Amino acid sequence: MADEPCMDSTEPRVVLSARGLRRVFGGFVAVDNVDLDVHHARIHALIGPNGAGKTTVFNLLTKFLEPTSGRIELLGHDITRMPPAAVARMGLVRSFQISAIFPHLTVLDNVRVALQRPAGLSAQFWRPLSALDRLTPRAEELLDAVGLADARNKLAADLSYGRKRVLEIATTLALDPKVLLLDEPMAGMGHEDVGMVSTLIRSVARDRAVLMVEHNLSVVADLSDWITVMQRGKVLATGDYPTVAADERVKVAYMGMEEG
Amino acid sequence: MAETTLRNTRARMSSRLEQGLVVIGILVLLAAPFFVYPILLMKMLCFALFACAFNLLLGYTGLLSFGHATFFGGAAYFCAHAVKVWGWPPEAGILLGVAGAATLGLVMGFFAIRRQGIYFAMITLALAQMFYFFCVQAPFTHGEDGIQGVPRGLLFGLLDLNQPLNIYYFVLVVFLLGVFAIWRIVNSPFGMVLRSIRENENRAVSLGYSVANYKLAAFVMSAALAGLAGAVKAIVFQFATLTDVTWQMSGEVILMTLLGGIGTMVGPIVGAGLVVGLENALATSGFPVMIATGAIFMACVMLFRRGIVGEIQARWTARRERGSGNEVNV
Repeated sequence: MADEPCMDSTEPRVVLSARGLRRVFGGFVAVDNVDLDVHHARIHALIGPNGAGKTTVFNLLTKFLEPTSGRIELLGHDITRMPPAAVARMGLVRSFQISAIFPHLTVLDNVRVALQRPAGLSAQFWRPLSALDRLTPRAEELLDAVGLADARNKLAADLSYGRKRVLEIATTLALDPKVLLLDEPMAGMGHEDVGMVSTLIRSVARDRAVLMVEHNLSVVADLSDWITVMQRGKVLATGDYPTVAADERVKVAYMGMEEG
Repeated sequence: MAETTLRNTRARMSSRLEQGLVVIGILVLLAAPFFVYPILLMKMLCFALFACAFNLLLGYTGLLSFGHATFFGGAAYFCAHAVKVWGWPPEAGILLGVAGAATLGLVMGFFAIRRQGIYFAMITLALAQMFYFFCVQAPFTHGEDGIQGVPRGLLFGLLDLNQPLNIYYFVLVVFLLGVFAIWRIVNSPFGMVLRSIRENENRAVSLGYSVANYKLAAFVMSAALAGLAGAVKAIVFQFATLTDVTWQMSGEVILMTLLGGIGTMVGPIVGAGLVVGLENALATSGFPVMIATGAIFMACVMLFRRGIVGEIQARWTARRERGSGNEVNV
């Protein structure tokens, strides 16, 4: 199904799918028999109480962890046993809970490092750094798009927390990923930043799939087209926001706390 | 906008300053043999190149190897054997030393880069100890005696390296080429990827970089350049000994690099010059060198962690930034 090149406008195609995903740590089953379909041009939220296994699912999908069993397909290819860097090269790019930037590189260099590999400029140890100059316009474009153009020469470490996350997203976008996995993109952000990053994610999702773990339920309600609720390593419910919000089990397990 | 231009002007000024300092440094090194005992200078240059090669790995890739003596001392053995026993010309012996060190680096790196931090250091140490015991046992190294009486010979069949000035300038050229190579690697697209791996390895993986390959490449380059230093040293001193493959030698190069400043181009050179100079000064006094270097190392760790050059650079940058802040206010 995912191999079909033609796009059905009513039912967006699946770009990333997991079947029977399972991960055991010692005796503890962190992720148990999870099925997940991530669609093109959709924002898909993965929610659930702490310890539900959301981040583990992220690590499994991006191959930072090996699944104990199950199967993962990206764009119709089996990636279950692939190394993480290869998965990233196929277009599945993730962010991390702790903002993943290169602190002692400038903001511009952070983005340029991401552009280097697709441009075939990553192994050249005999050329001067000016070989990277041709990546600068694209890097500046990306920084412009996220509102970081004024900070291009700053060290990434000197940015505010929210802007570090924005830089991280800009760096991720530099790879033009097919599937974007965002691990709590709004965690620890102020109000203005949340609004800004929401807008950014929405515009990004127009032509790629986004899967995000998020705790802020108003953000989830506002942003996501599709929601999967996890609890204790299992998928509890999946569907659009009204469906999930109406689900009795979800109310008990998770949303109930919010309504009280 | 004005601020950007100001910053650019300053950047250009500071790069002018750096270029000026490099030129002065080269002039000093050109004139030095007329004032200082050339053998001592050549020893300093060999160790400086060794420390720079080590720093390529520690300072710019973030990998602490505790086995670099293998490449330094190993290359010295290979070069000395080829020149003395097989009668190779010095340049071919040195190339063999470099190739041998790179091969050893490939093997050691292959096993070590899969581990991180202290485990990486321990694996390199363990493999270096294995190589040490190999050198103790292998017949071609002549065990405790080492390979002695290595002829310096004619460089490219033309230049008699037995002439003190000839060999000094040969060592200086090798040193400058080696340091230039390291500078080029560090300031290249590849070096940028190395820095990103040092800064945040997981992030580099998530950007699609096969981190292990880059680390291995850096390890082999560092090993080859350390081998270059070791092979040249064998030609200069006309022998290759067990001392150069001991773990103490691996420790000494760490000390030199830390003392001068990790992750700076000039730091390891300064550190190596200081340690070698100190050893030379204390050699005749009877005062144990280890105590002196140990005390200096402690002082370095407690008082100026960035190392001598690192500390100077940090102060200089801080002062400049304060200066530019003032000017923007005006």
